[in-house]
Amino acid sequence: MDLFEYQARDIFEKHGVPVLGGVVATTVEEAREGAEKLGGGTVVVKAQVKTGGRGKAGGVKLAHSPAEAAEKAGEILGMDIKGHTVHRVMIAQGAKIAEEFYFSVLLDRSNRNYLAMCSVEGGMEIEQLAVERPEALARIAVDPAVGIDEAKAAEIVDAAGFAEDIKGKVAEVIQGLWTVFKAEDATLVEVNPLVKTEDGEIVALDGKVTLDENAGFRHADHAELEDSAAADPLEAKAKENDLNYVKLDGEVGIIGNGAGLVMSTLDVVAYAGEKHGGVKPANFLDIGGGANAQVMANGLDVILNDEQVKSVFVNVFGGITACDEVANGIVGALDILGDEASKPLVVRLDGNNVELGRQILNERNHPLVTLADTMDGGADLAAAKAAAA
Amino acid sequence: MSIYLNQDSKIIVQGITGGMGAKHTALMLDSGAQIVGGVNARKAGTTVTHKDASGADVTLPVFGTVKEAMAETGADVSVVFVPPAFTKDAAIEAIDAGIGLLVVITEGVPVQDTAEVWSYLQGKETRMIGPNCPGIITPGESLAGITPHTITGKGPIGLVSKSGTLTYQMMYELKDFGFSTAIGIGGDPIVGTTHIDALEAFENDPETKAIVMIGEIGGDAEERAAEYIKAHVTKPVVGYVAGFTAPEGKTMGHAGAIVSGSAGTAAAKKEALEAVGVKVGKTPSETADLMREILQGL
Repeated sequence: MDLFEYQARDIFEKHGVPVLGGVVATTVEEAREGAEKLGGGTVVVKAQVKTGGRGKAGGVKLAHSPAEAAEKAGEILGMDIKGHTVHRVMIAQGAKIAEEFYFSVLLDRSNRNYLAMCSVEGGMEIEQLAVERPEALARIAVDPAVGIDEAKAAEIVDAAGFAEDIKGKVAEVIQGLWTVFKAEDATLVEVNPLVKTEDGEIVALDGKVTLDENAGFRHADHAELEDSAAADPLEAKAKENDLNYVKLDGEVGIIGNGAGLVMSTLDVVAYAGEKHGGVKPANFLDIGGGANAQVMANGLDVILNDEQVKSVFVNVFGGITACDEVANGIVGALDILGDEASKPLVVRLDGNNVELGRQILNERNHPLVTLADTMDGGADLAAAKAAAA
Repeated sequence: MSIYLNQDSKIIVQGITGGMGAKHTALMLDSGAQIVGGVNARKAGTTVTHKDASGADVTLPVFGTVKEAMAETGADVSVVFVPPAFTKDAAIEAIDAGIGLLVVITEGVPVQDTAEVWSYLQGKETRMIGPNCPGIITPGESLAGITPHTITGKGPIGLVSKSGTLTYQMMYELKDFGFSTAIGIGGDPIVGTTHIDALEAFENDPETKAIVMIGEIGGDAEERAAEYIKAHVTKPVVGYVAGFTAPEGKTMGHAGAIVSGSAGTAAAKKEALEAVGVKVGKTPSETADLMREILQGL
């Protein structure tokens, strides 16, 4: 889960990382109040979007009074930045910046450890710096069992080439950011820019944090950080029912078991769709191992409520799950849904108890259900039905 | 022959008394695997009873620790079914006890826990498979995990995959040939055994004649495997990659299955594999056809 800047700022503050005052606002009035709360002086009004490049897009503006902060917030709220609508701004205290730096610590999948990156040339896009001046970006491996202790922080500031007089202060902030990474189960903590103010303080002026959703069980407070308003309504509904669902832009609804098989099913449907007017998969939905009637009904309910969906492809390989249970699930789901089930369903079952599963579906003989013998054949049929609808 | 697991493997189950642990202990016994006991500190001294492949009752002891279980039974493999909150401690306990093969089935383990276990594992004897994986099967010999043992039998194909159900699908498509060993390495961002580890083991396994490698979006494991194949693998390899239609920035079921910016795409992985001469199928069945052609030509 990616956090908004204002959420990252609050988490930094909680763990003792120096930040400037900041208040989130969703309306012009809240923006004015926020600026007043920060003392009524100069503030920066910053669009809160989970994408880069907001400065260039006009999403960051300086304001010298609460009235001007309100005015600028009015300009920024509702803006579209790379497909992200701005619903919130952060009113941030103005700072007199002397120097800008960069720091991040992230999960390094390839090396199965963590990677700290640090540069005395902050402010610019770090991807650009990494390509244009790789020597200016220190990259230091971090052992997950040890973390960024005092020695590691010193190694990082040395490698990045900080001036002697601020090395100690920067190292301290870096250890604080490590605490954020570790204590909050993050996979990314990035500060760009990390600044030295004119009075010599080191401050995290911006923050990007990604949290590990698998660690949610030990962070009850993380659930509140979720941006439920921005979620697709179908995705929100699926989440309520504990379904692993991702909405896509297509016409063939997909239900399957197992993440890999469902991803593969999307690809096979897209491939088959090329021959049928370019129809595409409408979603990813993994119902997992225990596909009972209720889980299947919940899944079908989400998919059939997607207005774009013209047909549905149910692709299940019975490994541990038996196909007769899945077939009973489909039959039960259609009974639960009744008249709400109105789109053709192509079902492909293979594996454990497949004969029994097919028999159940054949005996029920539901007018909307067609059985397919193979995954490729089922995908083709579902795509054809979507194209014909 | 096989890789990592064979008929002599003696398996214990950490979490043998839980729902998943009990269900799959029964299925592993049914496959003919030598399950010799289990671990649950709170139920030490008790037993559990299941049926073996012949239908006879098997009573298994439950131990308080992995160390004790190994000492009493001679176990060299542990399969972990404990919940995510306890997985790190269970893994570290097994590593400390010196288990040879540690198969972590549990889904939903925080990645920092896995990273710490991986760091802890360095320089020790244990090979870890997973987490978030179906485990490993050497058909006709043993099963340490949840792969259905009824799909197919022994044969010349080695299979390594990030996905459980795609492993089952591929075993099913190639059931007329059979498999030496099929290993599901798991779909998390950090896993103990990689495609490269399995490729190396299959290359050295005389029984394995050809290899199917299944990947999916996220990370660069497939690209690195491609480099490894080019340098070290002489046996034919057929590939499949899932997730061409996955949008950027969305996690597709597996915690590790995410395209970040332009990194980790299925297209890049397919291209990397094809660049080193690996034939990559567009669908699982086309991939199976490619393997079939290779085996028929051997």
